[in-house]
Order: sequence, then structure tokens, then C-alpha cells
Amino acid sequence: MLHVENLQVKYGAIAALKGISISIERGKIVTLLGTNGAGKTTTLRTISGLVKASGGCVRFEGKDITNHPCHEIVALGIAQSPEGRMIFSNLTVKENLEMGAYLRKDKMEIQKDMDFAFSIFPRLKERLKQPGGTLSGGEQQMLAISRALMTRPRLLMLDEPSLGIAPILVKTIFEKVVEINRELGMTILLVEQNAHLALQIAHFAYVIETGHLAIQGNAADIARNEDVRRAYLGET
Amino acid sequence: MKSNSSKLYLLAAIMVSLLVSFFQDQINPYYFQIVIYIGINIILATSLNLINGFAGQFSLGHAGFMSIGAYTAAVASSMLHVSSGNPTGFLVLPVALLLGGAVAALAGLLVGIPTLRLKGDYLAITTLGFGEIIRVVIQNLNFLGGPRGFIGIPKLTNFFWVFSVVSIVVFVISNLINSTYGKGFLAVRDDEIAAQAMGINTTKYKVVAFITGAFIAGIAGGLYAHFVSYINPQQFSFIKSIEIVVMVVVGGMGSTAGVIFAAVVLTILPEALRTVAQYRMVIYSLLLVIIMITRPQGLFGKRFNLGRFFSALRKLRVSS
Repeated sequence: MLHVENLQVKYGAIAALKGISISIERGKIVTLLGTNGAGKTTTLRTISGLVKASGGCVRFEGKDITNHPCHEIVALGIAQSPEGRMIFSNLTVKENLEMGAYLRKDKMEIQKDMDFAFSIFPRLKERLKQPGGTLSGGEQQMLAISRALMTRPRLLMLDEPSLGIAPILVKTIFEKVVEINRELGMTILLVEQNAHLALQIAHFAYVIETGHLAIQGNAADIARNEDVRRAYLGET
Repeated sequence: MKSNSSKLYLLAAIMVSLLVSFFQDQINPYYFQIVIYIGINIILATSLNLINGFAGQFSLGHAGFMSIGAYTAAVASSMLHVSSGNPTGFLVLPVALLLGGAVAALAGLLVGIPTLRLKGDYLAITTLGFGEIIRVVIQNLNFLGGPRGFIGIPKLTNFFWVFSVVSIVVFVISNLINSTYGKGFLAVRDDEIAAQAMGINTTKYKVVAFITGAFIAGIAGGLYAHFVSYINPQQFSFIKSIEIVVMVVVGGMGSTAGVIFAAVVLTILPEALRTVAQYRMVIYSLLLVIIMITRPQGLFGKRFNLGRFFSALRKLRVSS
């Protein structure tokens, strides 16, 4: 469904991505692992058009979308929940969700999607009229994921959903990610530092190191891989 | 239904301003002048609020757009005046105002496209520089009177024109911000990256905010020119830009009601303080400092909006 080939990105003179190739199959959860600064977020943001690629290409459902403007890529069906949540803190929860459906005109379907978001995250419904900035970190993450779902994407990209959230909520959110994948058949690209949890829910995994692809394979195999266990799962 | 009732308010406001304009000769000219300045400042402040408050782009060049509108309208009306030989023709002023607004909007587009890649302080400095460039250019254009100023502009601005424009501007901006399209401005302000990730064309929003703000400022400039009948570049220096920014900040960035209130208070205040003569500006500045310390979010909070205020009023009426 999504093919990234030899993707390169430079920030000024510094090469952040030195040729990353990944591909994502429809209906799967694919995780992108790596340490701080490895280029996970850059990869995701280049796919979504927030960052411009200096080389390589991104193809979504057969269409070349490399360096297309962000709003076109969203319209094509790729949504992201950005790192650090980035919800609209002065807009209410409902308005945040409405902004997610910004490009859509189908009122009935929008309401349906909103109801689905509430069924997954009932807490959002309780906080409907509250400004987004007053939510807890975990609730903001739920809102960010729901807001991305409101664009009715075919590919959902989640950037570090576990970042700065109480451990108990991290577990809930990961369960919900699985639920979204199962219920909607949603293809998900999950960028995570918490390799342990990510490998539990993902079907396929890529590990990147300083802009290179280091390892790739089925999530279960990667979880057993000696190098990965040493480097990312804290085992000696 | 809500938009119907706000249309009714708009119509009523225009009718009232028409009614008052019949009696404007009986108002003390000094007070009348202050009232007109209040109206013009409301137009300037609410339009800057669209750029600074709602879209979150810090512009310091509003006086530049105002001066473009003022000069364009002045040229237009003196030409129409000569050709029609009828200085009081009813259509002269609106045509001049629209022309002034259009040219200011064009300037807004020209400035907006290259500068809106910049953020915060950088954008503020560039727009400040732009405002000064406009002033210097006008100062050196002889056919506009250069530093001596442009004289003999027909005195066409009256109570009706100023307050009709005030009503229309407030109506349009309030409705814009409450619409789904308008919420995009707030999204761009709150988080640009997230807004982009939702499929919002953030550049377009910023440019639209800039052009609309410039257009309205241009109209305010035209009204001003046709009220004072003499304009010179010094009237549109960056001090004027700062004055407008202060109204927006004191009223509360992103609160239309707050900004209107601040425009009224900050226009009256320097006049009311004339009784204390030389301490006038000291007290004025001190009050600004005190307001900012006690109400850093502005006199009215960010989330205060007119629509909600009116619906709250209606609920009160129903319940009592």
C-alpha cells in the first residue's frame, strides 16, 4: 500500500535520512523502531509531506506522492497523529475532532466517525466541551489519535503515542490501537521508542539507526533477535 | 437561526447609524470627532485581531495598509469629484473606500506571500519594516503631496459610513470565526504542524488572514482620510501600528468583543486625561502596564466571543 524507496532527507548540511526503504501492507500494523535521533519522526513527516525529501520516493497506492503538499496527502488518505500530540489547545475536544474532518463534507459520515472515536475512547465524550489544553497527557493522546481518524484515512501514522504518558494509559492506548486496526481494518504505521510494547502489537518491524535501515522482519522474529534485545529491549 | 438573528443585529446597527447621522450636526464637534475615531479604531483593531489574534501571525505593519487605503481613496475621490463635479455624490465614498481596500489587499498579498514563511518576532520585524517602507515611498511621491501631505480631500465620512462599516466588519469577522472554515484560523494559531497534518493549507489561511486584514485596514484608512480631509505620511508611522497592536493585546488577542472594548477605551482615555495636562501620557502608559500585569490575557479572555455572549443573554431573558 505504501512504498518508500531510498528516501533521503537533509536538514541543512546534515543528512537525517540516508536512504530508507520500507513498505507497508494493507491492514497491517508496521512499527518503526530506533533510538532518539535515528530518523523515525523524519521518515514519518516526510511521508506526510511536512518535511521535504532530497532524494528517493514515496508511493501510496501506486501514486507518487513524494514532496506533495501536506493537505493533498491528507486528502489522499494518509493521516498522522504527530509527536507530542499537538492538539489545538484553545479549541474544545469537539472542535479538535471537527478540525480532523476539515477536508470532508459528508456530515452523516463525520458523525459516524465521531461516534466510533467515542466508542474507542469514551473519555473524550465526557470532555466534549472542554478546551483541549486542559486534558491530561493520556487524554490528549486519545484526542490526537481520534482527530487523525476523523480524516478517515486508509493509512494511520502514529508518532510516539507513548511519549510522556502514564504507563497504565500507555497500555490502554496500545490496546486501542490494536482495536482500531481490527475493527476498521486500518493500516497503521507506528513510530515508537518503546520497542517492547510496539513489537507486541505489530506485525512487521523496521529498526533504523542514524538514518539507515538496520534490521527488518516480522515483529515476532525481531523481538527474538539478539541484537535488538541488547540494543532496544534493555537485555544484556 | 443564529445567523438570522445576527443578520438582524447587523441591519439594526446600520439603521441606527443612519438615524444618528441625521443628527450629527447637533453633536458637539469635539465629541463627534472622538466618536468617529472610536469607530475607525474599532475597524482597525478588529481587522488586526484577525491577523494577530485569530490566525496568530504577529503583524506590526497595519498603519502601512491603512495609509495605502487612505491615499488610494483620497486620489480616487478627488478624481471622481473632478469628473462628476458633484462632491457629495452618494457613491463617491463607497467607491473610493472599496478601491482603497482593494489596493491595500493587493499590498497585503505582495507582503504576505514572501513574509508569511517567517514566524513570531521575525514576521513582526519584517511587517514593521514594510510599514515604514510604505511611509517613505509615499513621502517621496510628489503627486501624493510628499511630506507636505495630501490636501483637499472631500469631507465625506459621516457617522453612517463609519458605523455601517464597523457593523459589517464585526458581523463578517464574528461569523467567519464561528464557521468551520474560520476555525481553521484558530487551528493554524494553536498548532501549525498539527493543522497541516489535518489537511489545512496553512499558507493559504495565513495569506487570507493577511489580505482580509489589509483590505479592512485600507477601508479604515479611506474613512479616516475623508474625515480629516488632510493626510500626511507621518500620521501612518509605526507609532500608529503600535497603537492598534496595543488595542488588540489589551482587549485580548482573539476576542472580538474585547478588542472593540479596548478600542473604545483606548481612544477615549487620552482625551479624558487631558484634564491632567502634562501627566496625560504618563498615566496612560501606567494604565497599560497595570492592565498587562493584572490581565495578561487581555481584558476579555481568549474564549470570549460575541455569539456566545448574545446566546447567554437570550438564555437569561428566557429564564427570567
